[in-house]
Amino acid sequence: MAGKKNKTNKYWNFRLKMGAVLLCVFLVIGFIMPVFCKVSPVEWQSYSRNMDPTAEHWLGTTGLGQDVFWLLAYSVRNSFLVGIGVAFFATAIGVFMGLLAGFKGGWADRIITLLTDSFIVIPSLPILILISSMMKGTAPLFYVAVVLVIFNWPWPARQVRSMALTLKERDFINTALFSGESTGKIILKEIFPFVMNWSLANFINTILVAIAAESSLAVIGMSSNTTATLGTMIYWANEHQAMLAGRWVWIGAPVVSTALIFIGLFLTMTGAQQMWAKRRGTNA
Amino acid sequence: MKFGKFLLSRIATFLLVIFIGVTTVFFVPRLMPNDPVEAMIGQMTSNAGSMSPEAVEQMRESMNSLFGLDGSVMHQYLDFFKRVVISHDFGPSLSAYPTPVMQMIARALPWTLGLMLTTTVLSWLIGNLIGLLAGFRKDKPLSKFLEGIAILMYPIPYYIFALLLIMFFCYLLPVFPLSFVVQGEGFNWVHIKSILWNCFLPALSLILVGFGWWVISMKTMVSNANEEEYVKFARLKGLHEGRIMRRYVMPNVMLPQVTNLALQIGGIFNGALVTEILFGFPGLGSLIYQGILQSDYNLIMGTITISVISVALTTFVIDLLYPFLDPRIRYS
Repeated sequence: MAGKKNKTNKYWNFRLKMGAVLLCVFLVIGFIMPVFCKVSPVEWQSYSRNMDPTAEHWLGTTGLGQDVFWLLAYSVRNSFLVGIGVAFFATAIGVFMGLLAGFKGGWADRIITLLTDSFIVIPSLPILILISSMMKGTAPLFYVAVVLVIFNWPWPARQVRSMALTLKERDFINTALFSGESTGKIILKEIFPFVMNWSLANFINTILVAIAAESSLAVIGMSSNTTATLGTMIYWANEHQAMLAGRWVWIGAPVVSTALIFIGLFLTMTGAQQMWAKRRGTNA
Repeated sequence: MKFGKFLLSRIATFLLVIFIGVTTVFFVPRLMPNDPVEAMIGQMTSNAGSMSPEAVEQMRESMNSLFGLDGSVMHQYLDFFKRVVISHDFGPSLSAYPTPVMQMIARALPWTLGLMLTTTVLSWLIGNLIGLLAGFRKDKPLSKFLEGIAILMYPIPYYIFALLLIMFFCYLLPVFPLSFVVQGEGFNWVHIKSILWNCFLPALSLILVGFGWWVISMKTMVSNANEEEYVKFARLKGLHEGRIMRRYVMPNVMLPQVTNLALQIGGIFNGALVTEILFGFPGLGSLIYQGILQSDYNLIMGTITISVISVALTTFVIDLLYPFLDPRIRYS
C-alpha cells in the first residue's frame, strides 16, 4: 500500500517538473527575451512581409511586416501580466471574503454566500463583450483586467468559506479562542496556513482562467486590439487571412504557445497540490 | 415542507442572478464615457440613404427608452425590467431594420441551445464513461494513456480547439465547409444531412473542450470509491465486477458530477459563444458578433440579456433536478 502511494506521488512530481519546465520556457520568452528586442514588435512594416523563418527572424514575419517571434514574446508577456494581476487580486479578495463569511457568520455570511452563488452562474463573457463593445475594442487592458477580477473572486470565496466552516470546529481553534486570542490573530496565525496552499493553487488556476478569458475576448476582436496579447495576435492573423494564405507560423505560433502555456500551468498546479498532500501526510 | 424550503432558496438565487445580470446590462452603457445612442444616431444619419427621417426619429425614441434616457433613472430602470420580463421587447434591430430584435433572437436561440445541449450531454456522457472505466481499472496501460490525454486536453481553452479544427479540416484537409451554409428546407434528408455536416466541427470542438474535465474528475472519484469498505465487502462477497461498478461505485460518483454540470453551464455557454463566432454558426454568439460589428446596440442589449437569462434558467433547472436523483438529499 505504502509503496503504491509513493509511486503515484513520483508520477505527480513528474507532472510538477514538466509543468515548471514549460512555464519557465515561456516566462523566459515573455519576460527576458523582450529586453533584446530593438523595434516595437507591434509596429507594422518594420520588416518585409511574409518572410519564412530565417536565422534573423526565427519564426519569419507576419503579413503586416512584424517579426513573429518578437510579437509572440510581447504577447506572452502581456498575457502573463493580465493573468498574474487578475489572479492575485481575485484570490486575495476571495480568500478574505471567504474567511470573513466563514468566521463571522450571520448577515455577512448570508450576503457573501448569496453574492458568490449568483456570480458563479452569471456568464461572464457576455457581460465582458457588452462592456468592450461599448468601448469598440479600445478598452485599455486594465479595464478588462478589473472586470475579470470582479468575476473571479467568488469561486475562491466559496471554497475558502467552506474550509473556514470546518476549521472553525477544530479543537485548536477553540483552544485559541478560549485563551483569549483576537479573531484577526487566529485567522492570520491558525487558519491562514491551512488556506495558504489552496490559495496558491487557486492563484495558478485563476492565471489560467484570466488568460483564457482575455484571449477569448481578444480572438473575436473585443479586447484591447492594439495591445499585443496571445488573443490579439490570433485575432490579427485571422483578420488578415493567415490561414487562407497558408501563413501557418503566424497563426500557429500563438495557438501552440497558448496550448503549451495552459498545459504548463495546469501541470504545475496539480503537481504542486499533490506534493503538498504528500508533505502533509509525512508530517501527520 | 423541506422541499418547499429548498425550492424557495433556489428560486431566490435564480431571481438574484437575473436581477444582477439585467442591472449590469442596464447600467454598463450609462457608465460609458461616450453616449452610444448619439454615436449611433450619428452613424445612422451618415448613411441615412437607406432610412427615412421618421424611421430615424422612431429609432432614437426606441433607443432612448431602451437605454434609459428619458424620465428619471429609476423610472427607466423599472421600465427596462418591464421590457425584459414582461414584454420581451428590445426594439427593432438597426442592422436588419425593421426586424424586431426579439424575432432575430427567437430564430438564433434554438441553434445555440441545440448545439450547447447536445454537446454538453455527449461530452458529459463520453467523458464520465471513460473516467469511470479508467478509474475502475486504473492500473491498465490504456487507462493511464486515456487519463494522460485528458490531462493534456483539459486546460486548453475552447477557441484553440476550434481554431485547430478549422486549420486541419477546413484548410489542410478541406473536408468540412468553411462557412455555415444549410441546403434544403423542411424535414427531409438533404436538409438534415446538411445541418449535421455543418454542425459537426463546432460540435466536435465543444465536446473535446468539456471532455477532459469529466474524465479527470470522474477517474479520481472512482478510484477513491473503489477503495471504500463497502466496495471491498462487495468484492469479498464474490459479486461480479460489472455489477460492483454499476451498482456500488457509479451511483455514488454520479451525483457530484451533476452538481459540477450545474456549475459549469456558464462556462460552457461562454465557450459556445466564441465557438459560434469562429465557425459562423447561426446562433446567439454570431448574433452578438453581428451586433458588435454593425454597432447595433438594440441587438447587443437584447442578445446579452437573453444570454444571461438562459444560462441562469438552465442552471436553475439542473439544480432543481438534483434532489430527484439523490435519495439521500436533505434539502438543506
